[in-house]
Amino acid sequence: MKKVFGKPKSLKDAVFHYCPGCGHSIIHRLVAEIIDELNIEEKVIGVPPAGCAVLAYDYFDIDIGESPHGRGAAVATGLKRALPDRIVFTYQGDGDIAAIGTAETIHAANRGENITVIFVNNGVYGMTGGQMAPTTIIGQISTTTPGGRNEKRDGAPIDLSEMLALTDGTVYIERTAVDTPKNIIRTKKAIKKAFRVQMAGLGFSLVEVLSPCPTNLKLSPVQANEWIGSTMTNYFPLKVIKDKVGKLGASPHLE
Amino acid sequence: MATKSKRGLIKLDAELCKGCYLCKSVCPLNLISISDRLNQKGYHPAIYIEDDIGIKEHKCKGCALCAIVCPDIAIEVYRE
Repeated sequence: MKKVFGKPKSLKDAVFHYCPGCGHSIIHRLVAEIIDELNIEEKVIGVPPAGCAVLAYDYFDIDIGESPHGRGAAVATGLKRALPDRIVFTYQGDGDIAAIGTAETIHAANRGENITVIFVNNGVYGMTGGQMAPTTIIGQISTTTPGGRNEKRDGAPIDLSEMLALTDGTVYIERTAVDTPKNIIRTKKAIKKAFRVQMAGLGFSLVEVLSPCPTNLKLSPVQANEWIGSTMTNYFPLKVIKDKVGKLGASPHLE
Repeated sequence: MATKSKRGLIKLDAELCKGCYLCKSVCPLNLISISDRLNQKGYHPAIYIEDDIGIKEHKCKGCALCAIVCPDIAIEVYRE
């Protein structure tokens, strides 16, 4: 018997602290698999957010530079400019990137910093107990919108990826999800492409991943995944939002 | 990828399982069920029902859908 699936080697043996059914652990695994496949373990630097994924340094066997809340893109800019031969990625949640760090993110994107951003969108502030985030969808119940988000009172959900696509510096932006095996495989492809865009020095790449937060959605993990497919994707459709790169397969130096 | 004749098996680490049962929901052959026992974390882990039978009788093809959705990397997949 041949082993065809196991733990990627750039993850440590630590057990994930995430809740049952959390999308973070799946995305961690995908990033680790990509690091293994591209063989960049020695020169990749991760920048985790404030949020549930703040403990990413416990799980990844790579260099990690923690950032203040929301300032992942700014910290990554510094790391990339000081060490241009490294591959720098930030891993940020929706409260981190779309509320507290909007300014840093937009300006890093507009400058066309050669970094990769992984934007995990679960529609709530997960770590602090499920308060309304900018990406909470209309009618969604959170601890600060007990009657559901109301567009007149709370505003409409912000679509940060589409906003960033308007800036000239961004080259590759895609929105995917981790609700089904098919979408997980697509997410892996998208993140891999984003890393390769950076390795080719083409500019700012971002992958937005819709991820379930069963604990704060007050749903079972299976129901939370169904909710992403049936409800959340109406506000955040899965698609390639911007692709100035095209196919990367033709560049042999990337393989 | 697995062809029709290939058989596979999974190894499910019950102590890593947090009982989300996403694996159970995606298995096309319903080969995963829920254990009556609790693990050390206090969850009823998922169990692979072909654990005790010989490889020749396995229905599992090693498609790895369960492992792809498992958030806790509790599943390893082997194929002939």
